[in-house]
Amino acid sequence: MMIFRMAPLQDFQPTPEQMQESIKQWQDWIGGIAAQDKFVSTNQLSFNGKILKPDGVITDGPYAEVKEIVGGYIIVKADDLDDAMTLAENCPVLFFGGHVEVREIMVLNP
Amino acid sequence: MQPNQELIPHLFRNEFSKIVAVLTQLFGLENMEIAEDIVSDTFLLAAETWGKKGVPENPTAWLYTVAKNKTKDLLKRNQLFHKKIAPKLVPAQAESAELEIDLTEKNITDSQLQMMFALCHPCIPTEAQVGLSLRILCGFGIDEIAEAFLSNKETINKRLFRAKEKLRIEGIKMEFPAEAEIEKRLAAVLTTLYLLFNEGYYSSTQNLSLRKDFCIESMRLTLMLIEHKPTNQPLVNALLSLMCFHASRFDARLNSHGEIVLYEDQDTSLWDAELIKRGEYYLYKAAVGNELSKYHIEAAIAYWHTQKINESEKWNNILQLYNKLLQVEYSPIAALNRTYALAKAQSPSIAIKEAEKLKLINNHLYFSLLGELHLDIDPSKALEYFQLALSKAKNDNDRQVIQAKIDKLTC
Repeated sequence: MMIFRMAPLQDFQPTPEQMQESIKQWQDWIGGIAAQDKFVSTNQLSFNGKILKPDGVITDGPYAEVKEIVGGYIIVKADDLDDAMTLAENCPVLFFGGHVEVREIMVLNP
Repeated sequence: MQPNQELIPHLFRNEFSKIVAVLTQLFGLENMEIAEDIVSDTFLLAAETWGKKGVPENPTAWLYTVAKNKTKDLLKRNQLFHKKIAPKLVPAQAESAELEIDLTEKNITDSQLQMMFALCHPCIPTEAQVGLSLRILCGFGIDEIAEAFLSNKETINKRLFRAKEKLRIEGIKMEFPAEAEIEKRLAAVLTTLYLLFNEGYYSSTQNLSLRKDFCIESMRLTLMLIEHKPTNQPLVNALLSLMCFHASRFDARLNSHGEIVLYEDQDTSLWDAELIKRGEYYLYKAAVGNELSKYHIEAAIAYWHTQKINESEKWNNILQLYNKLLQVEYSPIAALNRTYALAKAQSPSIAIKEAEKLKLINNHLYFSLLGELHLDIDPSKALEYFQLALSKAKNDNDRQVIQAKIDKLTC
């Protein structure tokens, strides 16, 4: 799994054209992975969210206390971690000042 | 009137599927072969009689009457028929001498639709589903099916026999699937219709009229599903839309020798505007609901191919759709087409990098693509790739296309 992390851009209001362009960039990158038959699934996360704490306190938004937020993830089929790192190259989040965290998914055999 | 060389095979093909469906509906799916025999006998008699006396004024009605009489004769004479089939008939019918064989348009359509669901049952392999559909639903001869599959009659006969046997063992009935099941069963039917169309569109047989007939037949069956309310679903409309867009280029993509004319080289005035319009109509009808199926995406890709607009806008749209399609369902051909679209939308050098990751080293199209992408950048490398492609090609059509590329480079 690749987790996309970046610092939230304060007051960033992209124009519709910028939005289009960004979607295109992401789709081209994901399409390249899917073309190698290595795509499993992906989701982009919205900025809306709440946090539940052990004491029952609920706060708004995931970004109140952290510098970076998770913007989305993709699950891929890769031979090993190195292979996955190759797939992560050119991930659009890198061009927006963010980074990709690549993690193996643990398979639990019951 | 002399029997028309064109008319009769088409009439037989058409009526074969109708009468077999109605009779099988009456006898039960496990007795499909008896229905086939009755219809074959009927055609034999028709060919004989019409050859001598000329084609009757209403040949269809003639066929129906003879088929009905043959069924009744068999019912009277044949012990096996008595034991196996008679008990299954509605009691009133079995007892009365007047067997009701309902060859009205409505019953023909219903029977054919039920047959479609029965033959495309997931319990038999898809290849056999396609073969059975070609035979039973479209009325193609075993020799024609063998030609399309580049096989021989015995192999096809065996394959169809095994499939029928399987349907018998599994106790598959001719009926509309229950509402809860319809989605799953319809998906299987659509897969078969899609393959049937592709068999015609991409077949390696040189027999052009046969290929065209495969396409027309699969479109006819898809249209039947659209005209039947419970199966008139967005997915089905998307499939028919896709077929219309593809079929619109049927005449442009083959030259008079039956050789493939590549998309880039096609005479766009040969594209069938009427079919393109139809494709747009069904695509519009497909655009409801939440499901974005692979048929929707493929229809949209085919749509952009029919548009004569700004190249970069067109290829960008196509690239985005291939990106989506690959996320829904991977296939090597979609991966290759996506890379070609990338070259057109961005640049060949970007596409080469992506192409090298695909590693489809057993696919001649992979090397053809790499050759194509290197044409302007490194012609000698392009030549190497085309030669590799030639060594991997599996039929004459493909070899011909690649050889033409090589000739162009070396002359």
